[in-house]
Parts: sequence; C-alpha cells; structure tokens
Amino acid sequence: MYGNGLRTLSIATVAALAVALSLVAFYAPLESEGFVQKIFYLHVPLSIVALCGFVAGGVFAVLHLRSGDRRWDAYSYVCIHLSVIYGVGVLITGSIWAKASWGHWWVWDEPTLVSFLIVFLMYATYYPFRYAIEDRDQQARYASVFAVTAGAFVPLNFLAVRLAESLVHPRVFATTDGGLPGSMMLTFLVSLVAMALLWVTLVKLELTAKSASGQLKRLRRALDAPASGGSSRVAPEVS
Amino acid sequence: MLLAIAKTLPSDGTSKYVAAAYIVFVVLLVVYVAIMAAKLARIERELRELAGFAEHRANGEGAAEADTAADSPAPAEAEEVTSNG
Repeated sequence: MYGNGLRTLSIATVAALAVALSLVAFYAPLESEGFVQKIFYLHVPLSIVALCGFVAGGVFAVLHLRSGDRRWDAYSYVCIHLSVIYGVGVLITGSIWAKASWGHWWVWDEPTLVSFLIVFLMYATYYPFRYAIEDRDQQARYASVFAVTAGAFVPLNFLAVRLAESLVHPRVFATTDGGLPGSMMLTFLVSLVAMALLWVTLVKLELTAKSASGQLKRLRRALDAPASGGSSRVAPEVS
Repeated sequence: MLLAIAKTLPSDGTSKYVAAAYIVFVVLLVVYVAIMAAKLARIERELRELAGFAEHRANGEGAAEADTAADSPAPAEAEEVTSNG
C-alpha cells in the first residue's frame, strides 16, 4: 500500500533535483557575495523542508492522540526522523557557508543559527526519549505529546528569530528592502520543490520498509515461527 | 552533467566550499539510501526464512497425513476385518 506510486515519485524527484542543480549551475546569476552564494539554493530549501517536516510530525501526532490509531504515530516518527536527517544537512551546509562568507564555522551570537541548533538538539532527544519507554502504547502516546509540543515550538521559534535583530545572517525574504530577483527566485523555488519531493519520497520509502517489516512480524506470529535474530528496537510499525 | 557543472566552478578559493556543501548533501543521501537498502535486504532474508519455514511445515504436515492414511486400513479391508469377526 505504501509502495504505491513510489516509482513515479522517485522519477519526479530525480528529475526535479537534476533541473534544480542545472538552474543553480547555469542559470542563477552571481550576486554580490560571489560564487559561494550558490550554497543558498541547497541550505535554505533544506532548512525550510526540515522545519515543515517537524511541524508535520506534530500534526500527525495530534491525529494519533485524537484517534489512538498507531499509523499516525508511525507517520509522525518518520516525519521527525527525516527532518532530523535534513537538519544535519542544514547545520553542515550552513557551517560551510558561514566559514566561506564570515570566516567562522559557527557564530554563537547569531539568533538564526543558534535557534536552529536548539530545535535540532530538541528533536535529537526524541529518539532516546522514545526508546526509553518499553510499553508500545505508552511510548507512542508520550512520543506524540513530545512531537506536538516541539512542533508548536518550531513556528514560535521561527517568529521569534524573525523579530530578533540579525547580526550577520541575511534576511533574504525581507519585506522592507525587496526580495530575490526573478531568476534567483525561480531557481530557489525549483530547489525548494526538489527538496520537498525528495523528503516526501524518503518518507514514503521509510513507511514502505516499516510496513513490510510489520507485515513480516504478523506473518511470523500467524505461522508461529521462531523469532529471527533481527532488530530488537521498539520502533513504530505500520501494517 | 556533473562534468559540465565542474567546468562552471571558478578557480578562486570559494568554489571548494560550494563543492563541499553539495558533496555533504550527496553523501548524506547515499548513506541514508545505503541504510535503507540494508534494511530491505534484512526484510528479504527474513521473508525467505519464513517462506522456507512455511514450506517445511506444510511438507511435514503432508507427510504426517500420508502416514496416518497408510496406518489406517482401507474401507474394504476394514469391512472384511469386521465381517470376519
């Protein structure tokens, strides 16, 4: 069920990534910062998709708490899992960009950087928190409460950062002194769509693997077969 | 395409940072896909084991049924035994 349309989605993702990379390399103009600004088309879409993924994880957690359906918990888990991976990409590409532009790998008094690090570290605690609870129902419930609370914190944190005074980090989509020129905006939007498609594809792939694993366990129980020596982690499953 | 992109890189020091950022992204993606491939390989192996177990059990049950049928007398023989007394 979860594998339906995965092939089409994968092809669309590869095509979108290829178009985005081509636009970044051959179409997007160089601005005052020079060639290093090309990292923008990777770093910013990654961060936007990661933050939206955290919020999506919170929304699925609300659905789980309302309905008690474990499927929503698995969706929430996978959304957060993929967003944490994207978060790693955001932090590394951001550090590389910072080193190239400002001469430092990290600037501790910059609200944008520190706030993203706080969000990332908060979600990094999701795994030990989740796996510390053995009872599956309790684990799913507590993890959903965490996902809802943290998911609500993400937009609040974003707003707080926008209101704070920036020291060095640019506010690209500022409303006062204009936004991006057309060609840069087009490249950025295509990159954003490509990153979002990649995220959706990976979420679907992860859910497909979890579904297959869950169905395999059900089959093993139905056949009364001996347990295999596979993973003993109490990860959420979908059937 | 990658070769064409490589030709667009300027010779100044900033190009290495841009290349590094994009390489980090590709490496992350490759590592993730490799982990997923390992997971799917494990599922496939477990499925094969389970199929083997199910087949073995089905064969065992079939053999047991055949043994039971061989041990019990045929209807005609049973009738004969009863009539003979």
